[in-house]
Formats: sequence, structure tokens, C-alpha cells
Amino acid sequence: MNQPTDSLLEEAVASLVHDGDTVALEGFSHLVPFEAARAIIRQGRRELTLVRMVPDLLTDQLIGEGCLARLLFSWAGNPGVGSLHRFRDAVENDWPVPLEIEEHTHAGLAARYQAGAAGLPFMPVHAYVGTDLTPHVSHVGLVDDPFTGRSTPVVAPIRPDVAIIHAQRADRAGNVQLWGVQGVQREAVLASRRSLVTVEEIVDELPSQPGAVMLPAWTVTRVLPVPGGTWPSYAQGFNHRDEEFYGGWDRISRDRATFQAWMSEHGLGSAS
Amino acid sequence: MTAARATGVEPWTPTELVTVMAARRLATTGVAFAGIGIPSAAAILARHTVAHDLYLVFESGTLGPRPTTLPRSVADEGLASTAHAIVSVPEVFSYWLAPERIELGILGAGQVDRFGNVNSTTIGEYSRPRVRLPGAGGAPEIMTACRATMVVALHSPRVFVERVDFVTTLGHGDGAGHRARLGLQTKGPKAVVTDLGVLEPDPETAELTLTALRHGATVDMVRGATGWHLAVAETLTYEPAPTDSELATLRGLERAAG
Repeated sequence: MNQPTDSLLEEAVASLVHDGDTVALEGFSHLVPFEAARAIIRQGRRELTLVRMVPDLLTDQLIGEGCLARLLFSWAGNPGVGSLHRFRDAVENDWPVPLEIEEHTHAGLAARYQAGAAGLPFMPVHAYVGTDLTPHVSHVGLVDDPFTGRSTPVVAPIRPDVAIIHAQRADRAGNVQLWGVQGVQREAVLASRRSLVTVEEIVDELPSQPGAVMLPAWTVTRVLPVPGGTWPSYAQGFNHRDEEFYGGWDRISRDRATFQAWMSEHGLGSAS
Repeated sequence: MTAARATGVEPWTPTELVTVMAARRLATTGVAFAGIGIPSAAAILARHTVAHDLYLVFESGTLGPRPTTLPRSVADEGLASTAHAIVSVPEVFSYWLAPERIELGILGAGQVDRFGNVNSTTIGEYSRPRVRLPGAGGAPEIMTACRATMVVALHSPRVFVERVDFVTTLGHGDGAGHRARLGLQTKGPKAVVTDLGVLEPDPETAELTLTALRHGATVDMVRGATGWHLAVAETLTYEPAPTDSELATLRGLERAAG
């Protein structure tokens, strides 16, 4: 008899994610690795640096439970709904712990992942021109283009300790297939030292899926079946986004006590 | 889109009004890169009214989607499942947006100032903000890389401020010539469409100037909702009220989204 998925996931997260690590949790409002993030919260990880382009509800939960010391991001909202209240409370009021932020534009943070995946020392970008962001952002610089002499913005690579993503499918050898909105997941896995991919299903033979992103088994540390592991986000072809939950999160997260009660009730509270 | 209900005597909400007004301006646009919210609603409405062939690109990497519903997020299934192709986020920014291929960017704004600069980062000090907004997302590069940009917003003194607290997204900077000094060849914001009218940069100074009033609005109403002394063009045009057909199409797209 196989071990139940839940305990396999807990074990994988425990062995791959440690206090103080830099963790990329990617999924661009699709295939968001929520179940793995819930495991991080249940294990009470602390002082993490989270890298996530679109922080979303998952990040609100990690922040509200005090798991993060630092957040690298490019757009922190509840997509289609409004503010991320736990994120705002941390930035505006240091609650429950101070949160250091490094914020980029989408183009800039995506290029940091690309440089990490490609092993480049830096990546030139068409980005950051005229914005007030640059004085506040580390890892963005200017170099003189050796060919034209023009000053060119560049970003430093990012190399997380671990990347966690969710995909639709893998085979028994651990080759991963994902499709639909693919975000920056391939770059995140290839830029990271270790990786965990949770999938909707594991099959004997991967069917042809034209246009899919492929991560060969030898690029991934661990693959686990966690069907529905992207709820309340979605996995194209398997389930739909839980719009009601995204809408309802606004009320749950607005108030500290309501948030804590909800997290405890769902086995995610630091007190539970 | 926000669920604000129609108030007062008009049978449409301010959000519906600005969406319809923005959509009408897309009649001759070929390719647009749209943000989510009023921008995506206007672009999708235009595809169902005045611009059936409008080619859309979203930052989620969806190229050429033909949605029949309004998206709730940039990775909405209604975009993903109707796109010609889906590319990665690094690819959409580096190949498709950055090289100035895209004719028009359509952006929303938390705060917009007299030169069309947009703030979506912080109100108050950056290091100790009074209000923390979501941040940049794709907006700074949409406004620098699209050949021109249309900004859409609901008109209020809270949104239309003399000077933004933080320039997340460069509009016309400090005025005419600022973009060129930074090496930009794109036009920047060519129109700010609101529920009261349309502001366009003055050809000489780049200062946003009222050039059109929507049906039923007055210059005093617009000035009252603007945080600086708003310049008014010598000749104003008038935007007709939304038609029954425009409203029915928009509401159909919204209802279909559930």
C-alpha cells in the first residue's frame, strides 16, 4: 500500500524547504501551488524569502502566519477582487512580523528568473525606464552596451534554493507536462537548486500535448501527485478557478482575528 | 469589473459608462495590450461592437484570445481557452511587448496626475506607506513599449491628483520632451478616458487637457473631480450616452462570466 499523498507531501516539503530558504512558488494566476504552500504553513517554516511574481492569496496566508521575512514580487493583489489585506497589514503595520520587500515590474522579475535559468551574470531588459521604482530596488543596474555605448538596464539573476510548482501531469519517471497559462514556471524550476512539482495525475505514458511546457525528470528533484492541489486556483483541463473563494477571501483576510480564526479552523493556524 | 450598481437617474454605472466610451475609441486599433478590469472589458466589448478583428495580447502570454466573457484575472480560462497561442511570461514581455510592436496599451490607474503619470505602488512615503497598492505588474513597460497608451479611470479628486506620490508608470513625466530625454520613442498616454469625459495631452506642453465631455457632464463637474486646475480645450466634443445595444452587449459579456 502506498503512503497517503498527504504524508508524502508533508515529507517532501519538510526535506526540501528549510527555515531561511529562498523559495519560489510560481503559477501566474493558473496552476498556483496552493497545497504545497499550505504544507509550508502547517510546518511552521520561518524567515523564508518568497519569490513570486503575482503573490495572490497563497502569499497572503504565508504572510499572515508569519512564515516570510522577505518577499520578491511584481504585482501583489487579489486578482479581479482587490487588495491583499495580510500583505498590506505587514507592509503598512509590520503585522505579524516585519516584511522586507523587493518589488519589480513583471518584465524585470521575469528576466531575473531567465538569467537564473540561463546561468547568466545579468540580463539586459527593456524595463524600469522613468519609474520611481529603481532607487528602491536592489538587483537592477545599468551597464554600458559594449556595441553602442548606450546605458542599458540590467537585472541580476535569481537562484532560489527551491522552486515549487503545480502541473497537470507527469509520468512514473518524473517527466512533467504542463499547459495553458505557463507563467514563469519553467524558468523558476531551472533557476533553482532544488524543485518540487505537484501534479494532477501520474500516468504510465505521457500523451502528446502540443504546445506544452516540458520539464524532463532530470531537472526536477521531486514529483508528487496532489490532485486538486491548486485549489482555489485552477489546472486547465482538470478543474476551474473557485471564483467564490477568491471573492470571499476579501472578507476573511480583512480583519486579523477573522483571518486567524479561519486559518485555525482549516488546520493552518500557528496555534493549531 | 466592480459590481457597482447604477445610481441616480442614469441606467448605467460609472464603470459601464467608461467601459463603453473606451471601447468606442478602439474602432481603428489593430493590436492592443490590455490590463485586467476596465481595460480588458473595454477591449473585449470593442471586439463585439466596433472592432471585431482587434488582436489582443495579455501579460499572461495569451496571444489573440477571442473571449466571450469578461476575465476575472489575467490568466482567466476564458482567455486561455480562446487564445491562438499561449507563451511564457518572459516571452510575452521580451518578444511581444518590448520591441514596440504593439499599437496600443490600455491601462487602469490608482492615481493619475496632470502629465498622465500613473501610481499603483504607494500612497504616502514609499518606506512607510499610508496605503500599499498592488505594485507595478506589467504597467511600466506597457506604457513605455506600446506605441501609444489609453488610460481608463473613474474620475475623482482622489484619483486625479496634481502630482502622483510615486511614479510607477511614466506618462509624460514632468511635461513635453521628458520621454524623449529618456530615449523613449513611444507616445505614452494619448488619452485618459473617464466617466466624465476625455483628457488628452496638450500638443505643446503634454499637460492633460479636457477635450471631450460625456453626455450630461459639465466642465464644472470635471474640474470638481480633478485635483488640479484642469485646462479645457477651446473646442470640446461630446460623447453620446451608451446605447441600449452597447449596454446589452457589455452586460451579456459580464453575465456570461458568471
